[in-house]
Amino acid sequence: MTLNLKSMALAGVGALAVLLASGAAQAQSTTLTLLIDNGPQTVPVFEAYVAAFEAANPDINIEIETRPGGGEGDNIVKTRLATGAMADIFTYNSGSLFQAINPQQNLLPLTNEAWQANVQDSFKSVVTSAGDVYGAPYASAMGGGILYNIPLYKELGLTPPKTWDEFMANNEKIKAAGKVAVIQTYADTWTSQLFVLADFYNVMAAVPDFAEKYTAGEAKYASTPAALQGFERLQQVHDAGYLNEDFGAANYNDGIRMVATGEGAHYPMLTFAVGAIEEISPGNTANVGFFAQPGNSADANGLTTWMPDAVYIPKTVSNEEAAKKFVAFVASPEACEVRNATVNPTGPYLVKGCELPAEVPPAVSDMLPYFADGGNNGPALEFLSPIKGPALEQITVEVGSGIRSAADGAALYDEDVRKQAQQLGLAGW
Amino acid sequence: MASAPTTARSRPSTYPVWFFLPAAIIYSALFLAPTFASLYFSLTRWTLFNSVFIGFENFAQFFREPFLIQGLMNTVMYAVVTSSLKVVLGMGLALLLTSNIIARGYLRSVVFFPVLVSTVGVGITFTVLMHPTQGMINQGLALIGIKGPGWLTDPRLALYSVALVDVWKGVGLATVIYIAGLVAIPRDYYEAARIDGATAWQNFWHVTLPLSRPATATVITLSFIGGLRTFDLIWAMTKGGPGFASDTVASVIYKQYQAGFYGLSTAGNVVLFVLIGIIVVPLTMFLNRKQGHE
Repeated sequence: MTLNLKSMALAGVGALAVLLASGAAQAQSTTLTLLIDNGPQTVPVFEAYVAAFEAANPDINIEIETRPGGGEGDNIVKTRLATGAMADIFTYNSGSLFQAINPQQNLLPLTNEAWQANVQDSFKSVVTSAGDVYGAPYASAMGGGILYNIPLYKELGLTPPKTWDEFMANNEKIKAAGKVAVIQTYADTWTSQLFVLADFYNVMAAVPDFAEKYTAGEAKYASTPAALQGFERLQQVHDAGYLNEDFGAANYNDGIRMVATGEGAHYPMLTFAVGAIEEISPGNTANVGFFAQPGNSADANGLTTWMPDAVYIPKTVSNEEAAKKFVAFVASPEACEVRNATVNPTGPYLVKGCELPAEVPPAVSDMLPYFADGGNNGPALEFLSPIKGPALEQITVEVGSGIRSAADGAALYDEDVRKQAQQLGLAGW
Repeated sequence: MASAPTTARSRPSTYPVWFFLPAAIIYSALFLAPTFASLYFSLTRWTLFNSVFIGFENFAQFFREPFLIQGLMNTVMYAVVTSSLKVVLGMGLALLLTSNIIARGYLRSVVFFPVLVSTVGVGITFTVLMHPTQGMINQGLALIGIKGPGWLTDPRLALYSVALVDVWKGVGLATVIYIAGLVAIPRDYYEAARIDGATAWQNFWHVTLPLSRPATATVITLSFIGGLRTFDLIWAMTKGGPGFASDTVASVIYKQYQAGFYGLSTAGNVVLFVLIGIIVVPLTMFLNRKQGHE
């Protein structure tokens, strides 16, 4: 019996040695894992990035894993970081959601990488925590505002509005012509937030220190008229009967289809949707234009902007050098060219040397003047403050469906914000 | 004879105590330890990365949640509606399927079939069928001139639409339990009733119904607990919406977990645990005591 056991143990050691030897042989070519969200704009781009990178670095092999977006994706990222099971490189939001994954504890600082010199400061600031920069942009900046159907505008002789009153006047004419004036798609609850979030440039124009005071717990949505206005406008378009009949059951893809084909005139959305038009409604990209969410006066018209997601390296990375090499590639002008060849651009790039192609969709060219000299733009609140209440999308569905009044909704959101601030451990709450 | 149970109790067990150890270790590691850990974490502000002890703050916050009261009411409403419909419909179907009708075996499997299908699949299918303008249900209603409501988008209806789908999916199980209960009733009672000249209704009311009480108790307990902790169907169909209209305690807890409020959602789970205990333990005792008196 003892002999048998010994020989079995010896056989086991032998097998282990063989395994170790083969492992050592493989170690010459490094394998990295990459976790990305499963968005239609993300997957093809990263497949192209990885193909181009592996061609230039044959000794590095990258395996792509996908995860869902939204709240479920937040869960996966947080859980994998907390359990030390994160992939070697991963994509995640910048701004307030980035602050919630505890960057100093979980992520590798990339402050001293050479490519940082080419990244715009406006982006660096949204992936910085306690003085260290942790991420690199892999997409372009976006605008939040209103996508509109160009042929319908021409047919009715309308011009893109500069003030909210002009916008509502356009809506009235569109409704009178028997068309859907404003498309809302509350089956995908996140799409309901746009009228509130994209109004933030107008909030800052009226109350320049709102973001600061909001973070400190001094300014509230319900008691700041300029901030409450976003909720009120959401309610106005519902109460005036401008919405599509199935607004409660339609989803994001329906919204894109409707604004692309002219079933509806306006769809409040981020410009990343421009990249999805070709897939959902082929041939209609040229029919969709864009304008910033109009405010109270034409002089103060400006665009609320969103920073793209970033790629990060967790502290648990298996091969730091190889992972940094890939991140450096993502933040390079070559990567932008790969991107341009793969999907339609959705806004200006944040890396020096990156150029948009000569031909861009009208919704993107409509957006460029806001970024040019003399144009006005400012970041959305989630890039100026670490606090974003998680229940906003349910509250905006209620306000936008006439279930709850704007004032009530704003007060409820303030309550939600307080909970998030406490969870983040901020002072003054 | 009276002393027999006492001797049986005092006699040492046939198996040594350490035979129970493997099961005890697995049970403590996988069930007891997490349960007690969650009791602790419900008293902390927990980010998964670190936790701060904050006493009963989470419970105070949980009960301050503006939609919690509605969620609690929705949960109880949902459990009451689904379990009572399952009792009534399950009993009716079982009576039908134990009588001499054609294709009985086939009909029995048809009634049971929805139980076997994935809940999320059922939820997504019915979401499509219940679409306010393009859904088959409202298009069918439109053919006969009725404008169907927004089954899942009208805040007053959403919860009940989901409850109906739950009944559609779950009634098969109730029926099977009732069939077993009905078949177990001795034929002698019916014969005696027939000799006494009982009508079909009297047969049902005075023989079938009282003697199928064990089956009723099982159906009510199972479907009530199922209704109280329901989550998958609601999440697949409305995600608690529109707004918060069809939120139940379980979906409120899940949303807090999704938002990263781990301590708060653990506190919610403790509340749900206590709530189910408070409702179900007396319910089971009541139903079983009645049964003992028969």
